[in-house]
Amino acid sequence: MRFYLFSFLIFLLSQTASAAAKIEHWQTPQGSRVYYVHTEGLPMADIQVLFDAGSARDGAQFGLASLTAGLLDTGAGEWDANAIADRFESVGANFGAASAIDNATVSLRTLTDKPLFDKALATMEVILSKPHFAAADFEREKNRTLAGLKQQEESPGDLAKIAFYQALYGNHPYAHPDEGTLSTVAALSAADVQAFYQRYYVAANAVIVIVGDLSAEQAKRTAEQLVQHLPTGQKPPALPEVAPPVKGSEQHIEFPSTQTHVLVGLPGTFRKDPDYFTLYVGNHILGGGGLVSKLFDEVREKRGLAYSASSAFVPLLKPGPFLISLQTRNDQTPEALKVLHKTLADFIAQGPSDAELKAAKQNITGGFAMRFDTNKKLASYVGMIGFYELPLDYLDTFQQNIDNVTSAAITDALKRRVPVDLLQTVTVGKRAK
Amino acid sequence: MKHLIVSTVLLCLPAVASQAAAPVAERVLGNGLKVLVKEDHRSPVVVSQVWYKVGSSYEPGGITGISHMLEHMMFKGTDKHPAGEFSRIIAENGGDENAFTGHDYTAYFQTMAASKLAVSFELEADRMRHLHLLADELKKELEVVTEERRMRTEDNPQAKMSEQFMALAFTSSPYRNPIIGWPVDIANYQVEDLQAWYQRWYAPNNATLVVVGDVDTAQAFSLAEQYFGGLQPGELKPLKPQTESPQLGVRRMTVKVPAKLPSVILGYKVPSLKTAEHEWEAYALEVLAGVLDGGSSARLSKELVRGKQLAVSAGAGYNFSSRLADLFELEATPAEGKTVWELETELRSQVTRLQQETIKPDELQRIKAQVLASAVYERDSNFYQAMQLGMLETVGLGWQKADEYVSKINQVTAEQVRDVARRYLVDDHLNVAYLDPQPINAAPAAQKVVKLSARRQ
Repeated sequence: MRFYLFSFLIFLLSQTASAAAKIEHWQTPQGSRVYYVHTEGLPMADIQVLFDAGSARDGAQFGLASLTAGLLDTGAGEWDANAIADRFESVGANFGAASAIDNATVSLRTLTDKPLFDKALATMEVILSKPHFAAADFEREKNRTLAGLKQQEESPGDLAKIAFYQALYGNHPYAHPDEGTLSTVAALSAADVQAFYQRYYVAANAVIVIVGDLSAEQAKRTAEQLVQHLPTGQKPPALPEVAPPVKGSEQHIEFPSTQTHVLVGLPGTFRKDPDYFTLYVGNHILGGGGLVSKLFDEVREKRGLAYSASSAFVPLLKPGPFLISLQTRNDQTPEALKVLHKTLADFIAQGPSDAELKAAKQNITGGFAMRFDTNKKLASYVGMIGFYELPLDYLDTFQQNIDNVTSAAITDALKRRVPVDLLQTVTVGKRAK
Repeated sequence: MKHLIVSTVLLCLPAVASQAAAPVAERVLGNGLKVLVKEDHRSPVVVSQVWYKVGSSYEPGGITGISHMLEHMMFKGTDKHPAGEFSRIIAENGGDENAFTGHDYTAYFQTMAASKLAVSFELEADRMRHLHLLADELKKELEVVTEERRMRTEDNPQAKMSEQFMALAFTSSPYRNPIIGWPVDIANYQVEDLQAWYQRWYAPNNATLVVVGDVDTAQAFSLAEQYFGGLQPGELKPLKPQTESPQLGVRRMTVKVPAKLPSVILGYKVPSLKTAEHEWEAYALEVLAGVLDGGSSARLSKELVRGKQLAVSAGAGYNFSSRLADLFELEATPAEGKTVWELETELRSQVTRLQQETIKPDELQRIKAQVLASAVYERDSNFYQAMQLGMLETVGLGWQKADEYVSKINQVTAEQVRDVARRYLVDDHLNVAYLDPQPINAAPAAQKVVKLSARRQ
């Protein structure tokens, strides 16, 4: 008992004592938004440039955003792919470029020792402003993408995810897979990539994140250098709204696996959603809390039906998916679905108990510091705050926002946002005979 | 110009890397528990890990995977805390936790606000000696582990191939068995098997407690003494050596599974740091792995994926810190129109080149620069630092090897890289597996039955 009292006191103390990272924000002359956090102790920096150039901007050319990001470091300025790789790796820097649904991220992790830093940064700048998209590189990377897409077809989990997004989003740009499909990628040309790059990789559409052992002055110069040769350009128009599904659906894809992959959900929440924190805490109790949640308890701990069973809201610019997922032996699929539906329905009907809500809040706020305890995690938070234009004090007010959530608000929000009769269900596996 | 900059790296980095690195403090409690503490005050958090010297390579036939099964059962209650309470208490205290099992270790961890270290210690100490194994809980958890195996191995062509490959490559070494265990063994665990395994290996004198984060070393030691100090040591019986019998020629296999892409793995029997006749050999093999696959400028990406475009992906890997002799692996997936045999030929000619020519100075410098930089990047993560210490200690190398790593890599010469290629990457110690993709048949069940029975003949 002493034990609990002790932790409770510490809990109160840590709430008042913890100050989150100080984010400095400004714009470059070309209109790129910069977000900078100074960290000490390690002579390194994480630098990211995010563009509103994710797969949601593919249009009908699914896979275009992903291929564009993947081609950036295959040739730029005076260098080919080998020279670029040599330049980064000879100074121990890690470079990456990849796209997700809402954005493309070009990232660099480097030491801050001046000659090393300067070489890595100069290379990144040229990659951003003068990529080649040469025909030979394009063909090779396209073929590698096609191989990756083929490989997805041997994974029941990947197939389930693709069908699930399609079921949720229909004609919306969130519906198709980031990497595209075999037919859309095969139809892409180097000119398509060049055009996509010119449209979206522009200063006005860039968010720059700098986290590390750099002074404010160094950060300012770094940001300016990175976008100095990018045209100003324009931000793309807002994405279309997501139309909620008009009726529930169930879809099965036959696959010769030993397990059936189950995904159940519908379009959920977006980054600036007033219900965001309420839904976040509610989901934490339902299926977001790692080894402690209602779904984990009902599906795995009580019945041994699956190794993993969880739920999540994926907040995007527009409502990203709310999804419940599990994998179970093929013949147990009906039982697992029944447990899933009952757990969800009961939770929406009854909401969390006071004890559950208290425990969830303690987990989330008690572990608050662990959300950004490395430069890597911090950079990813700052990138999220920057890209989605969340308040700069997002981290400072995070705990308070969590604490404000009530049981009644969770029940109310879930009832409005998760209409169970509209759930989309996808199963991939072998149907029991 | 490139060379100048690289030598700047070499000159200034060791100084940079050592200046902020906190020393590791070690204390061995009266009951034999080794406690390692590394202070890192960048964030008010701490990671605490308990490493046991037991894993799948400790297991005899018939109960393969039992270390992993026991890892699952460690969350199923003690005399004091019933099933599920461990995780609930950690969660209520803002913690994240989990566990993992490898060939050579079983480890449990919590990451928490630094002020909560005692919460983790109390629970870990309790389950180190007071686990309550119940038949009912085992029955359910067996199903969970079987689902885990289905997800990770049965329905994953690459994992399936890799499992078969290890069983081909190793004869008497326990590395031939999958960490998660063979299905027939998993299906037949009894509570008594787990009880015996727990009693044999879970004791303070067979464990290492690693703490990295915003703690005071003296306080962490005293908390460790307070919670773990009273535990009784176990009687540790020596582990049978189970060393690998010499391989007497190249071995090949084909793995036929429903899949879309073919691939090939090559594995040469090589020593780890633990088993190497000379320590430098293991460091030279590390550098050799870097020559082939240390990034986009390394040979496999540059020559196989980009240059000749034989592969859509290619990689190499060396298990430097294995307890027993392990494999040096090369793997690749052919580009459209290329075959696994062409890739095998190419990978083997890469090996021949390493045996015939010394690597270029800038390749060696590049790897050293990467290792030096990684030593800084790794310190961004308490978890990674704790992993490194725990693993080195648990395989019997000693955590001090973490501090020596950068300087030992720095001492490796191009001639040494050539010499380990000549000595260890030899055909008689080579194992090769080809993944032969079978159709993923989504047709009606009747057709499938026909196909399956045809395949069996």
